[in-house]
Amino acid sequence: MKVLNVVGRRIPMHDAAAKAMGQAQFTDDLELPGMLQGRLVRSTIAHGRILQVDVSRALALPGVKGVITGRDIPDRVFGIVPKGKDEHALARDKVRYIGDAVAAVVAVDMETAEEAVRLVRVEYEELPAVFDPLDAIREGAPVVHDNVPNNTSASIRKEWGDVENAFAKSDYVFEDSFYSQAVNHAPLEPHAAMARYDPQSAELTIWSSTQIPYFLKRNLATTLLIPENKVRVIKPKVGGGFGGKIDMFAKDFCACWFARELLRPVKFVYEREEVFQNTRQRHPMYITVKTGVARDGKILAQRIKAHADGGAYNSTAPLMITLSCFFIMIPYRIENLFYEGYHVYTNKPTGGAMRGHGIPQARFAIERQIDLIAGRIGVDAVEMRVLNAIQPGEPHPAGFIINTCGFADSVKEAAKAIGWTEKRGKLPFGRGVGIAGASFPSGVANMAHLSSGAVVQLTREGRVNVLSGAADIGQGAETVICQIVAEQLGVPMEDVRITAADTGICPLDAGTFGSGVTVRAGNAALLAANDVRGQLFPFVAERLEASIDDLVAADRRIWVKDSPDRGMSLTDALQAYQYADRPLPIVGRGAWIPPTEQPTSLLTKNGNFSPSYSFMTQAAEVEVDTETGKVTVIKMVTAHDCGQPINPMLVEGQLEGSIIGGMGQALYEDSTCIDGQQYNPSFLDYGFPTAMEMPEMESVHIDTDDPLGPFGAKEAGEGTQLAPAPAIVNAIADAIGLEFHRLPVTPAMILEGLRKKQGKAEGTDSSPFYRRHYKEAGVEPGDIKTFEDIRKVPKIEKGMFRDVQKNEPFPYGDMLAVPREKITIFRQPLKRWSGASPK
Amino acid sequence: MGKKTVLELMINGDAFEIACAPNMTLLEALRDKAFLTGTKRGCDTGGCGACTVILDGEAVLACLTLAVEAEGCDIRTIEGIARDGKLSSLQETFVEHGAIQCGFCSPGFIMSATAMLAEIPSPGREEIRRHLAGNLCRCTGYAKIIGAVEAAAGKDRGGEK
Repeated sequence: MKVLNVVGRRIPMHDAAAKAMGQAQFTDDLELPGMLQGRLVRSTIAHGRILQVDVSRALALPGVKGVITGRDIPDRVFGIVPKGKDEHALARDKVRYIGDAVAAVVAVDMETAEEAVRLVRVEYEELPAVFDPLDAIREGAPVVHDNVPNNTSASIRKEWGDVENAFAKSDYVFEDSFYSQAVNHAPLEPHAAMARYDPQSAELTIWSSTQIPYFLKRNLATTLLIPENKVRVIKPKVGGGFGGKIDMFAKDFCACWFARELLRPVKFVYEREEVFQNTRQRHPMYITVKTGVARDGKILAQRIKAHADGGAYNSTAPLMITLSCFFIMIPYRIENLFYEGYHVYTNKPTGGAMRGHGIPQARFAIERQIDLIAGRIGVDAVEMRVLNAIQPGEPHPAGFIINTCGFADSVKEAAKAIGWTEKRGKLPFGRGVGIAGASFPSGVANMAHLSSGAVVQLTREGRVNVLSGAADIGQGAETVICQIVAEQLGVPMEDVRITAADTGICPLDAGTFGSGVTVRAGNAALLAANDVRGQLFPFVAERLEASIDDLVAADRRIWVKDSPDRGMSLTDALQAYQYADRPLPIVGRGAWIPPTEQPTSLLTKNGNFSPSYSFMTQAAEVEVDTETGKVTVIKMVTAHDCGQPINPMLVEGQLEGSIIGGMGQALYEDSTCIDGQQYNPSFLDYGFPTAMEMPEMESVHIDTDDPLGPFGAKEAGEGTQLAPAPAIVNAIADAIGLEFHRLPVTPAMILEGLRKKQGKAEGTDSSPFYRRHYKEAGVEPGDIKTFEDIRKVPKIEKGMFRDVQKNEPFPYGDMLAVPREKITIFRQPLKRWSGASPK
Repeated sequence: MGKKTVLELMINGDAFEIACAPNMTLLEALRDKAFLTGTKRGCDTGGCGACTVILDGEAVLACLTLAVEAEGCDIRTIEGIARDGKLSSLQETFVEHGAIQCGFCSPGFIMSATAMLAEIPSPGREEIRRHLAGNLCRCTGYAKIIGAVEAAAGKDRGGEK
């Protein structure tokens, strides 16, 4: 690991003290004179036409300053991806899920605004609704958006090699299906926006809890029908995003609209319930994976089919399904691949980008299946992963350029750190270890507009001012950028001041998504700092009678390498520069865009997706309480190739947060939605992990040095949340022998599974009825080891039960696996339990 | 909306006169009336701990406490724990140990931990976890927060850490 003067060091975030004192200001902490408070009126039905909205009683309430509905605003849709725009700030003709914004009110205070919301009457014509993507794609299903008759609003097909031929040549072919649930980002800060309008310049200023100020600016301009240069977006402190603050929301539009209409500042803050229901969530996804392998575990071909439950709107849909596909193509070598993925509308809360963005669902399926296959064909799950691991520099069928890759090492190191050889399959019943791997991009390369800029000013006093467009949402982007600049200019961190994410004064930036900030905005800052060096250092070199290349800058001094005495302080250098009549201030500029060919389409063409790829393997050790079904994650190891960390403490912070997030996805979190109604939109009911659930966490750094990243850095923000869930579920399988295919794995599922498993063993051992049928089939329970063996299990039909029930003792016949006197109650189900899939 | 009465609240040693309806929560009084916005509103239903303040030495959730209940109490908020121009030990260790990412939950954690350390100067790891179980954090994964609390306890005892 590179440890320089500032870069590579464990430096606290530059704004940590302000946050520790309660002085850091988030959007809801801002207050302007005369400010009004806004609230939204939300749909109470899942799908219906809006017949009439009566706002008269609300408007008549004293203190109410304005009420608008979808018909009062321009008919303009917004969205993240240009071709996926499908959402009005307020619903116009139809509501598409429970909670769709129908109208907005502003009043002198929150109580009045809430009262006004209750006075708005909305009349609907209710329409049939659809709640599952597999139902929504059926012929005749309710149509969520009239212009998308089959409800499939985005899809991707990717194919290379000859999949069918490779399956034919495979020693084994397995097909398994998996399901990932809806997960909420649950940032601690609820979404908020405050806007102000200046009639003289006709400029709107909005303070918003956003991850992408420039996207918000564009979407506001489009929907408000004003030029982009009349919107200024300022991002105050953001209390966590995780992807959930990428989109524009009704609160942003409505704050701007009312600020302009009423010439008063307006603030909208979402309640926690709205954050759960009306922002975004991780897409629930059904994935079927068919994999052909050779006897040794080498993957020969994969065919994958995925259906993502998009909810009511697109948000990031085309990008999400593309990412889900593309990050199956890595970190394993798959020579023959066929992928088809569909984003399907339903009348439910909307899916969006969430830490990993479409990939955690895919990784759960792939990493679970690798373990299943390894078990069925009798190879080691770690060896199988190493065997198939992609190598650095290897040509990639889809055109990825993988400069550095520590994946194989990460698998080995994670296995070593968890004690794989000693523990896998060898721990007492109830305890187990599991492993899973992943890869993630460092931002997106092949969309040509994704560039970042930076301006660095070195003042006469030796102070450094950085302007950056990067949006720090708590991950420490500003700190990392300051470290890079401080390193290049030879000053300590406290001499660097950063102003960021204000579209009125900061340079363009693509925003915080896809883990591109450190590489993209970091490189821009590095270029800007180098520009400053390029102006000052030739002058200093001349004074010191040295070559520029021999100059070293650190601790506010510049000197000649290996001769510390031949140097001068930075302030002396600047004074000499000024007195030599050189122009001040020294301002450096930088702009960076990943190397790319002309705009390529993610959906239809091959090409390099990202400037670099991070790799990680996570290994979990779990303990399952077989009485309660509770799973305790004892330890989680992460072996991580994120290039050279700019700040190892912040990287650890990302990694530890990801592990807890991944645990939540694996074991606890599920935004339960039944018939379109969310049932647990509060922290207490949702239940993400607390300090009580935190496992021991260990990280192993896999050292690579990326040629494109600043100081060799790659992404570290999202990749580590991809593998914890499959690693945990794989460990549960090792612990209790139950293979789960859906998330989250709850205590109820574990108890149910254990009961079934036990029942079967007891039944076949002790029940004369089962013993007879097994004997006839010539199979013993212990014979069932592989997927193929399941075919040998005798099929028990209802009629067979009925037949033996005629015999004594009634109504059991010879079915009982325990002595008659142990039976306390007899229950016969009236109808068959409908199975596992949520309908 | 009931009739408003004027309360006198002692917040961080300063007297505030606040006109409030009987149903106003302490959180609303602090944020909206006293403009002490360091105490955060994360859920308003007692689920996240971001609004934790110290009432007569005890950590309470300001969103579940009525402002009228706090009259006559010594109310401490995140704005009132730095002393003599210095951060408290917990504030310092939270900064140094990387226990703060987005910082929205930090005031609540620091207040919960401050109340705990006043009562239990040398808590074990399990005790810390139990005491902080009512504070949610979505960024850090808790490890660095617990490390910071351990370090602050050590610091207050005059230890090295």
